Amino acid sequence: MTAADALLLGLGAVAVGAALAVVTTRHVVRSGLYLVVALAALAGMYLVLTAELVAWVQVLIYVGAVVVLLLFAIMLTRAPTGASPDLDRPAWPALLIGGGAGLGLAALFVDAYRWTTVSFGEPGGVRALGDEIFGNWVLPFEVLSILLLAALVGAVAVSRTDSGSPPDQRSGPEEAGT
Amino acid sequence: MRPVIPYVVAAALFGIGAFGVLRRRHAILLLMAVELMLNAVNLILVTAATTVRAALAAVGTPYTGHVFALFVIVIAAAELGVGLAIVLQLFRLRASVAVDTVPLSEPAEVEVADGVPGTVDGDGVPAVPGRVASGEAVA
Repeated sequence: MTAADALLLGLGAVAVGAALAVVTTRHVVRSGLYLVVALAALAGMYLVLTAELVAWVQVLIYVGAVVVLLLFAIMLTRAPTGASPDLDRPAWPALLIGGGAGLGLAALFVDAYRWTTVSFGEPGGVRALGDEIFGNWVLPFEVLSILLLAALVGAVAVSRTDSGSPPDQRSGPEEAGT
Repeated sequence: MRPVIPYVVAAALFGIGAFGVLRRRHAILLLMAVELMLNAVNLILVTAATTVRAALAAVGTPYTGHVFALFVIVIAAAELGVGLAIVLQLFRLRASVAVDTVPLSEPAEVEVADGVPGTVDGDGVPAVPGRVASGEAVA
């Protein structure tokens, strides 16, 4: 049990506990805040696993952007700040499938790796990942930029007020661009 | 470093995410559970990059797991943007974001203006408003 193992165990416990709180809490806003804790603990695990760039991108994009977007969406849907009693559906199918997936995967991994050790290699900093992305993975990188553009246009198109509503609720042409 | 620790954490996170997707009714909480599952996959990718680095370096791509984790983060951000746009549009149309009350057929009547959830499904069953919609009366 080295220091890295202890750190991974501690951060993993924090991540799993916060994730459990995300899916079980009765407060909608608190669920988003627990998600911050889980994602930050995961970023710490990435750091321990020598994935420096992935860790900082995780902090920037997930903790910085995605959670803020989720909290804004919660506010826009006028969520109550107190506890909500009707957030959940029946538990047993979710327990069956979620528990089955988690325990099955965990059993597979434990069976595959037992208690073996591996040594860390060179850390995945910006220079190493830059060489890797623009040396070996240029085409997927460019395809991802097209995907982002498509998602941007798609989100704008879906959010338009004059799309998807019945014809009698369609706003006039003078409001169509707002 | 014992790779079984992050692998088991990732498996647990994936199970929790799957549980959350099936358990929650609120569409935004459902998206949060999806994010948990995507992060579990990222953790597996990063751990695999450390675990099988020798085999990856033999073919000249020692950081494949890290690169794929970055790609998954980008795809998750795009998915969340489109997903939240759909959820907000759904809230605008139905005044509710409960995923199990979304009628799959055309609604007979949609009351959006006053926020009173008078939505009637195609089956004639009144849609149960989410807590989200009922909080509007207070506001």
